[in-house]
Amino acid sequence: MFYRENGQFKTSYKSDQQIFPIPQDRWAILAIIAIAFFVIPLMVDEYLFRAILIPFLILSLAALGVNILVGYCGQITLGAGAFMAVGAYAAYNFLIRVSGMPALGAILLGGFTAAAVGIVFGIPSLRVRGLYLAVATLAAQFFWDWAFLRVKWFTNDASSGSVSVADIDVFGWIVNTPTDKYLFCLGILVIFSLMAKNLVRGNMGRQWMAIRDMDVAATVIGIRPLYAKLTAFAVSSFYLGVAGALWGMINLGSWEPAAFSIDRSFQLLFMVIIGGMGAIAGSFFGAAFIVILPIFLNQILPVIGGLFGLEVSIALVSHVEIMIFGALIVFFLIVEPHGIARLWSTGREKLRLWPFPH
Amino acid sequence: MAFFLETLLGGLMSGMLYSLVALGFVLIYKASGVFNFAQGAMVLFAALSMARFSEWIPEWLGMDNLFMANVLAFAVSVVVMFVVAWLIERLVLRHLVNQEGATLLMATLGIAYFLDGVGQTIFGSDIYKIDVGMPKEPVMMLESVFEGGILINKEDFVAAFISALLVVALSIFFQKTSTGRALRAVADDHQAAQSIGIPLNRSWVIVWCVAGITALVAGVIWGSKLGAQFSLSTVALRALPVVILGGLTSVPGAIIGGLIIGVGEKLSEVYLGPYVGGGIEIWFAYMLALVFLLFRPQGLFGEKIIDRV
Amino acid sequence: MKLRKLAVAASIAAIGFSAALTAPAAYAAEDQFFPVLAYRTGAYAPNGAPWANGFVDYMKLTNARGGVNGVKMIWEECETAYATDRGVECYERLKGKHGGATAVQPLSTGITFALTEKAPVDKIPVITAGYGRSESQNGAVFGWNFPLVGTYWSGADVLVQHIAKKEGGFDKLKGKKITLVYHDSPYGKEPIALLQERAKMHGFNLSLLPVAHPGVEQKATWLQIRQNKPDYVFLWGWGVMNSTAIKEAQATGYPREKMYGVWWSGAEPDVKDVGDGAKGYNALAMQHGAEPNAKVVKEVLEKLHAKGQGTGPKEEVGQVLYMRGLISAMVQTEAVRVAQGRYGKGKHITGEQMRWGLENLNLDQKALDGLGFAGVMRPVHTTCIDHMGSGFARVHTWDGKKWNFSSDWYEADQKVLRPMVMLASGKYAEEKKITPRTPEDCKK
Repeated sequence: MFYRENGQFKTSYKSDQQIFPIPQDRWAILAIIAIAFFVIPLMVDEYLFRAILIPFLILSLAALGVNILVGYCGQITLGAGAFMAVGAYAAYNFLIRVSGMPALGAILLGGFTAAAVGIVFGIPSLRVRGLYLAVATLAAQFFWDWAFLRVKWFTNDASSGSVSVADIDVFGWIVNTPTDKYLFCLGILVIFSLMAKNLVRGNMGRQWMAIRDMDVAATVIGIRPLYAKLTAFAVSSFYLGVAGALWGMINLGSWEPAAFSIDRSFQLLFMVIIGGMGAIAGSFFGAAFIVILPIFLNQILPVIGGLFGLEVSIALVSHVEIMIFGALIVFFLIVEPHGIARLWSTGREKLRLWPFPH
Repeated sequence: MAFFLETLLGGLMSGMLYSLVALGFVLIYKASGVFNFAQGAMVLFAALSMARFSEWIPEWLGMDNLFMANVLAFAVSVVVMFVVAWLIERLVLRHLVNQEGATLLMATLGIAYFLDGVGQTIFGSDIYKIDVGMPKEPVMMLESVFEGGILINKEDFVAAFISALLVVALSIFFQKTSTGRALRAVADDHQAAQSIGIPLNRSWVIVWCVAGITALVAGVIWGSKLGAQFSLSTVALRALPVVILGGLTSVPGAIIGGLIIGVGEKLSEVYLGPYVGGGIEIWFAYMLALVFLLFRPQGLFGEKIIDRV
Repeated sequence: MKLRKLAVAASIAAIGFSAALTAPAAYAAEDQFFPVLAYRTGAYAPNGAPWANGFVDYMKLTNARGGVNGVKMIWEECETAYATDRGVECYERLKGKHGGATAVQPLSTGITFALTEKAPVDKIPVITAGYGRSESQNGAVFGWNFPLVGTYWSGADVLVQHIAKKEGGFDKLKGKKITLVYHDSPYGKEPIALLQERAKMHGFNLSLLPVAHPGVEQKATWLQIRQNKPDYVFLWGWGVMNSTAIKEAQATGYPREKMYGVWWSGAEPDVKDVGDGAKGYNALAMQHGAEPNAKVVKEVLEKLHAKGQGTGPKEEVGQVLYMRGLISAMVQTEAVRVAQGRYGKGKHITGEQMRWGLENLNLDQKALDGLGFAGVMRPVHTTCIDHMGSGFARVHTWDGKKWNFSSDWYEADQKVLRPMVMLASGKYAEEKKITPRTPEDCKK
């Protein structure tokens, strides 16, 4: 009823090629962004900020990065955590070693360093493909896990190998309260999402998708796999690097390589697959699902047990939690192998005809 | 020289153990195209089942014979693994036929979480002992040739021997029996196999059962070495470079790959490690596999990847 | 159809979630609330569970004794699975509940690092009895961290002292080979700085062998040990890494008598499935060891487990990690008592007042005896500058069935520790732009 396109006519190419060609979508997205910036900070308490919203924003950014590589360019990666780690430690080193380095600059430089490393570890993708490549990307994961533990220079000779940073100063704005951190991450995420959306609509994104869909055919029509794959690795690693820097400096404040372990890599890949490969919105859905679900289960299970008069032990709760988590993932994959983003677009299709479907 | 030989032997024997886990990956990938990340969780689940039943069965039956307890526990664990295999096929894979590799991979990760949870709920999350009478003390060999001799870890030796036996048995099963042939047919071409009357679903159940049994053997060996506890599921990560090095579809590849990775990582850790601070063996194994892949992208014995448009 | 089902499922979940958030909680206003960050699942569960059981049991015991001047302890457990981000989430979830958390004990070096950043903002002390950052002993910089009873540096120091005593003096250590086998994480790397310092002082050779998480693959490590034939092996492991190390030592024929573990490598889960193979293996006892005969243990059994109110299995009471949980809870309970002495008996203590209590802890032998800890631990005396309070430790040895003490008390040498603590904490202060507190600040 409210989601009709009747009567909306595009009279120029420009209006036809907008990011959101349907005005309702446009307004909805703008409204969501406005709510996120102006309403949420007023209503939400510290727990939601620190435990859910900030991790959600940062991991969404990381999931965007993984989605560019996995969803758009078709190169499965299990080493995403390593690039987050590179971004985090590079940003840390820029911040403490270069005097007068602005924090935002350090974060972006962290991203660029991760991009450079990403290109190096992307080179095997020119020859190795599919699941072989997926497993080979673990080399990056384990190598960087090791390097940040072993090479003292990276951690500024800290005896334990863990590093910490002071509060971030962005052009005089000291980011230290949860609200500040939330707004800072949100700002970066909005800008980066817009960038990603435009990248994947443009020449580069189309090349990636051609490589994903059939790389031999793409080569035949003149797409250089070297360029397409390596740019995908670079852009993806850049996003991951920035996300890693934010995760370390904003979310944790003090971290060790274990913060970017292989579990993080799996978690990011989960987000992309559950959320929807090859869909920007999918990264957000996936991140929300994976961040919130375990916390939700952890809190709800004792309550459910209580309803039935059972005293549920904390150990049982955590075991049942991972059971349900695993089962739900399988369930989602069976119901909709293309992820929540696909459900979303199906829902939108239905909404267009609602309430008179036929 | 003696020390070099010792390292080499140690590497070969850990390599055999990796092969055992890698074999589980290969079997399932070959027959159903699923890259089964739950293999590690299955190893853990099997080990926990073995450890706990060998504890519980004597209690229930009131007997005091370690050997009988182990045999019964093994039998029960085999049944348990069959049930797990059947459930996975029935509840998960059947609904995911023809999906992309990445989706299937994630589904098996989901299964892995589920199995970890179930295993710890039923069997507990402590360290449990699997006592199948593996020898623990080392022996010295070739003392006449080298000064001090070579130290052989008897337990590893027995374990490597059992793995080798299992591999031979599996090879015979796949090459000589009609079920084995049917499975190979399914692996080569699902549709062709189906059209000549091989039931696909049943074949998959069988393959998962076989993978379950390799997981059980691996679980018993690793469990008796390390104790049956949660970290066993991480041995899967050590087996992955073996799988890609040998080729995802090749049983002999899993063996040779295991030996190469085992020797490579031990030699690198012992001879290269001290110069860079140590702890390099895990990434070195992956790097080694990657280098091989650059020359042969389908692994040493994998089927050649042919691109068609 | 699918969509509709999903929508129904989602709405049920949403209703459930709101129910979870609004679940009523009954507590009195002056009760002291303690979050319990524990891990009973995952790779480190065998070691995490006994600690949590002891910790909770002591709080139950305190309540059974009538509380602290009538103030009851309340707590809520949260599963961290030894993962830093889960731990931070737990902390955020629990810190504001029931009138605010009084103090928090993360039982993980990684979570300690993350909470160190949050503690000064939230004004909740972080107690890390026997773990955490060694330099946080300096209360002037680390105002909210309390590595009570021992740090890794004090532990490593005691180990070197013990070896020296065995060899017949520090001068005999010259030229000896000591190998540190450590968990490759900030936890395992903590002692390295101190051991290197001691190696310089006494001229022994220190070699370092890292073991990757979770520590199930140690063949190469022990081959190297077999090649180098070190005089002593120090083991800095956690969870399955410990038992694997002992098994590999057995398999390569390295004498267990020459192996010394830190206090996190010397508990029942580390040796019990190795059994006789671990005979002769030594480990530090952070003050206490396994204490089946301690008065407090008998009290726990009698007042809680006999009535079916105990946490965890009965056999665990008095084991090493259980005792560590018990002592961790005891020091915080006593800090509440101290704080009440200043801010009002029988009143609720805030996080800031709790910090004062922790900084003025003075548990002499008499007080400890009264609490049932006679023979279990030695006096603890903290100040505003020294947040550790005492650096005593003993060595105990596994005889195949149980842990027995095999040494006298040692005390970590503050002459060695103090300069290192000052240097490391000074660097931290510089990084985080913290101005250290002066003795005048402390008096406030």
